[in-house]
Amino acid sequence: MTVPACTKCKKLGEATTAVGRYDILDRVELDTDVAVVIGPGTVDTGPDGPAEKAKLFGLRANQIVAYPIVHLRGALTTEQIRTLADALLIEPVTQWWMLRDEHTPPSGHGRVAVIETGLRPGVTDRQAAELLRAAAELGIPLEAAAFGTRWLVYGFLGEGDNVRIAERVLHNPVIERWADDKLIPAFTDRQAESPPTRTIPLGGHDQAGLEAISAERRLGLTGEEMAAIQKWYASEGRDPTDAELEMLAQTWSEHCSHKTFRAMISTPDGEIDGLLDTYLRGATETINAPWVASAFVDNAGIVNFDARLDLALKAETHNHPSALEPFGGANTGVGGVVRDILGVSAKPVAITDILCFGPENLPIDKLPPGVLHPRRIRAGVIAGIGDYGNKIGVPNLGGAILHDVSYTTTPLVFAGCVGVLPSGSNPTEPRPGDFIVTLGGAVGRDGVGGATFSSQSMGTETAAVAGSSVQIGDPVVEKGLIDLVVAARDAGLYTAITDCGAGGLSSAVGEMAEDLGADVDLAKVPRKYPGLAPWEVWLSEAQERMVLAVPDPVPLLALAERWQVEATVIGWFTGEGRIVVRDGESTVIDLDATFLHKGRPRLHLQATPVAAARTPRSPKELVGTVVEPVDALRGLLAHPSLRSNEAVVRTYDHEVLGGTIIRPYDGVALDGPADGTVFVPPGAETAEPLRGAAIGIGSAILLGRHDCEAMAWAAIDEAIRNAVVAGADPDRLSLLDNFAWGNPRNPETLGRLVAACRGCHDAALAYRAPFVSGKDSLFNEFVGPDGTPDPVTPTLIITAVGIVADVEAIPAVGLMAPGNDIWLLGPAAGMLGGSHLDEITGGDRGGHLPGPDPEAVLRHREMHRAIRAGLVISAHDVSEGGLAAAAAEWAFAGRLGLALTVAEHHTAYELFGEGLGRYLVEVEPGRSDELMEIAPSATRIGWTTNDGRVRIGTELDISLDDIEVAFKSGPGNVVGRPAAAPEPPPVTDDGGDA
Amino acid sequence: MDRRPTVLIPIAPGTNRNEELALAFRAAGADTNQVPLAALRRGEVKLVDHQILGLPGGFSYGDALGAGRLLGLDLTSWFAEQLVEARARQMPIIGICNGFQALVRAGLLPGDVPVTGRRGQGVTANLAENENGRFECRWVELLPGATWSPWTAGLDRPIRCPIAHGEGRFVTSDLSAVEAADRVAFRYGIAGAAAGGAYPDNPNGSAGDIAGVVDETGLILGLMPHPEDHVFERQDPHRRRALGGRCLPLFEAGVAAVAAG
Repeated sequence: MTVPACTKCKKLGEATTAVGRYDILDRVELDTDVAVVIGPGTVDTGPDGPAEKAKLFGLRANQIVAYPIVHLRGALTTEQIRTLADALLIEPVTQWWMLRDEHTPPSGHGRVAVIETGLRPGVTDRQAAELLRAAAELGIPLEAAAFGTRWLVYGFLGEGDNVRIAERVLHNPVIERWADDKLIPAFTDRQAESPPTRTIPLGGHDQAGLEAISAERRLGLTGEEMAAIQKWYASEGRDPTDAELEMLAQTWSEHCSHKTFRAMISTPDGEIDGLLDTYLRGATETINAPWVASAFVDNAGIVNFDARLDLALKAETHNHPSALEPFGGANTGVGGVVRDILGVSAKPVAITDILCFGPENLPIDKLPPGVLHPRRIRAGVIAGIGDYGNKIGVPNLGGAILHDVSYTTTPLVFAGCVGVLPSGSNPTEPRPGDFIVTLGGAVGRDGVGGATFSSQSMGTETAAVAGSSVQIGDPVVEKGLIDLVVAARDAGLYTAITDCGAGGLSSAVGEMAEDLGADVDLAKVPRKYPGLAPWEVWLSEAQERMVLAVPDPVPLLALAERWQVEATVIGWFTGEGRIVVRDGESTVIDLDATFLHKGRPRLHLQATPVAAARTPRSPKELVGTVVEPVDALRGLLAHPSLRSNEAVVRTYDHEVLGGTIIRPYDGVALDGPADGTVFVPPGAETAEPLRGAAIGIGSAILLGRHDCEAMAWAAIDEAIRNAVVAGADPDRLSLLDNFAWGNPRNPETLGRLVAACRGCHDAALAYRAPFVSGKDSLFNEFVGPDGTPDPVTPTLIITAVGIVADVEAIPAVGLMAPGNDIWLLGPAAGMLGGSHLDEITGGDRGGHLPGPDPEAVLRHREMHRAIRAGLVISAHDVSEGGLAAAAAEWAFAGRLGLALTVAEHHTAYELFGEGLGRYLVEVEPGRSDELMEIAPSATRIGWTTNDGRVRIGTELDISLDDIEVAFKSGPGNVVGRPAAAPEPPPVTDDGGDA
Repeated sequence: MDRRPTVLIPIAPGTNRNEELALAFRAAGADTNQVPLAALRRGEVKLVDHQILGLPGGFSYGDALGAGRLLGLDLTSWFAEQLVEARARQMPIIGICNGFQALVRAGLLPGDVPVTGRRGQGVTANLAENENGRFECRWVELLPGATWSPWTAGLDRPIRCPIAHGEGRFVTSDLSAVEAADRVAFRYGIAGAAAGGAYPDNPNGSAGDIAGVVDETGLILGLMPHPEDHVFERQDPHRRRALGGRCLPLFEAGVAAVAAG
């Protein structure tokens, strides 16, 4: 190499410590590499930028400048380095490059500290991979590359502040390393030896000894489960290998086997024979809806869309990883749920996301050690969600951002996906002799142990020991998988398919081989780098992989080559009922498939009901006694869970695929909140009338603090209202459930879960809306340094997906014209217990909660019939913040005024009370009789105006401008945007007004 | 012309919006052929067997090393000869979003621009990171220009469609030269108002509000916004307010350019 070596690079920053299992990943550190710095540096002064984050920690930097840095290895000439940099690393108009050794910090902003950050070895580095590929095309012998950042931190930093700023602001130890001044990239070693498979002696251990083995290997297995394993191996006359124990732990984990939801539960009212079977699947079986093609059996539920097409539905959680590495956690959360949809042979066509964060202005001294600040989590999660969906070309069609102090230590990320497939086109029966083919990327130590890790509680130590449990996505590979799987499905090339998610091949092959057994050779599995133990290859959660059962691999491999997706035959289904895994010559796993899948002892749990006694509250409560109505409304519109998230949604592509009909923000200026979203799936564009799918999402976390059964009813009702306003038929809905709960071994926590499941069951039956899939995420609690658990607030998210028979008939988002009548479906007053009014005025002040309302279903149907009859010009549901908040959002979305009266005197119950099955609709004045005929529960409560104000009786009067300021008070929103104007005249040279 | 022209739509790893682009061209009267890059590269399919080239949006190669750069490298390396032949045959070429980025990186846009000043280095351009540093998806209004180009010749009024990109800020070494050569095919703005200029009308901070440009022949058009997402009335969020601005005429113009040639 003719470029002078960087002789100072031998000194690695002292704080660059390896984390967790990466300790065993060997690194080679050479001093013959060259580093290229790219300028001009960027300065991010925004709320999520490093300078603002540093302020959170009391570190005041004058300016923080970031320069990309690229480490190159290879026998490169100066000319080759110049070619690489000019052609591939910089933009000719805006950028320059120089060797790092020549890069001296510009002066002018005070003292400067130089810090470099880079990815840990083995973390997905798409930039480096593409640089290598492109360099090869240019004929440049580049051997390895690594991307990182060189930070110049200006300011009068105190002693040790550079370390604090590096550790807390500039890098995340889960995926990155840092060094004071110059970082030596950690390329993976090409020569590392694989550790052999080891045998773990179980014989002779008592329960405590078995529990110790489970704890030491972080298996997450109970003493009873370990004893069952010990007994089975005694009958086999041997001890388990490490690979077998890891496979059992993965298969029996909460994440993969849902053991809490399948447990026998004792309550004071009797035994519950499994929450899943009794309540969720139980409701679905009772309803027996003809449109449900598949529920609770595969990766996703499948429902009929029309006579030719089905929809696949799934919603997932990705909480623990997002807490540690927000971008990667959310990123792979989207990737995972998209593969669930691919795993039933469907093309992903819509993504949803519900995100739950702690308070954004949480003082640093309230932040427990080992926990990232909510702002950092929020910024990373949002970026991760957007990055993945945008890059695979699937529109993001709906979601919410909820805030609660309990989400500080346990942030929640729910990612959902809808797919489309020709009816009956998902093959699910592998046959003996079929080959096992993996599609997608190579494996590394990514997420090894993720399934067991996400089934355990988090603590201060978690960030340090669980490093390798977090993964980084590579959406480009996933996009290739989507194209390939759809093409392979249409060509009929496979007999079964599943995704490689938590638990990796162990889970995917294990489940596919449950009836047949399989024989796999790990030596065939492509690896990112050598040195992996066989069990790590088997359990690796490397992203973007699918597993197929294939009668004839030849055409599939040819198709994979065409789509530039790696495809590998790794074994076959034997039909002999044993799961045999080899690593070349040696057998590392030989398990009976029946024991693996049926051998886990069933859990028996205790649940204690949590009484929901409510203190009485004045039935005539006037808002003015606590807060003026207009101030209450401003506070509600600005509440972090209600306010506009438009600036967030704008970073997600909601237009790609060209099928979007109703957007998350719609209305006259595309900044009004839509209740539900609607899209036309690809392949359905030519139908007459045009048919669509509607997505509605519901939650009620404030009720969950008091009564989880009421929460379940309210969440389901909200999801249904949102879908119905978007045109969906309430008698043709399918539901997804997502639970995020604390530790269910606590009988009260389990009691709340039982109540929520019972509410789900009863509401589903009342609404005739079956669950088709779901996902529970348990053990969402943070154990602080003193051992006190801090559980997440019980959180139930419901997604309702419905069919819109004619997308032309969907009501507008936002008021359309002055002088129209406004009608209310449902009661004039709501409840104040668990209300958002209480939330913004200092907490619970008693009163009834909005309870189960079996009559609400009648109003959903009335609403739908009115829409189908063409009576509903625009509509909005009455939800968080009650009538006043709904009226304000709706008026703002259409930039028109409202004059409403629902009572002689409007109390807090009328203005801000919350309840089930309530809608506001805009109807032409001449059509009252038609509406009353169709919707007997409707009451005319006022009219639309063009005076730019929302008035409710004499008690509330607010301008649209004030509404906008409050509603858009969140970060990044644009206030004062003009509404869309009618079509302008043609712009021609010969007179514009022609 | 009685035969429908065929549009080649290459799909690189990470390309998306190819389906909508195909739908748009089919609605405009063309046939389409969506082909993975690997098949093109192996010579199974040839560009010159088609009449139009449409480079779709997305994130080719994950936008590693800069949006569109590696696809641009493909265009200037193994694809170069076919492109020379296509240009000799006066083939209309459109690059949308990532396709535009690739055409710029490949040096095909803004093409050969007469230099106004003394710089003499040729005019270069780039699509840099959005001014606000974020990916942005929103509907914009586009004022057509360069009406000597067959792509925009028939557009007598503004069109509306969404943008969806993180790197779309058009910058050039010589804005006045690009404007003097009448290469600006689309500007962000509000018709009737003074030029947009400010966020969010100009959503990414592009110099001169430039959303799209043509080369010196007018046959190569690149633009950041997605006209293929507003070809049918149902796609318009303002369909009930009758704002117009559908983008089908743009694709029809490209098809007509083949028929005329």
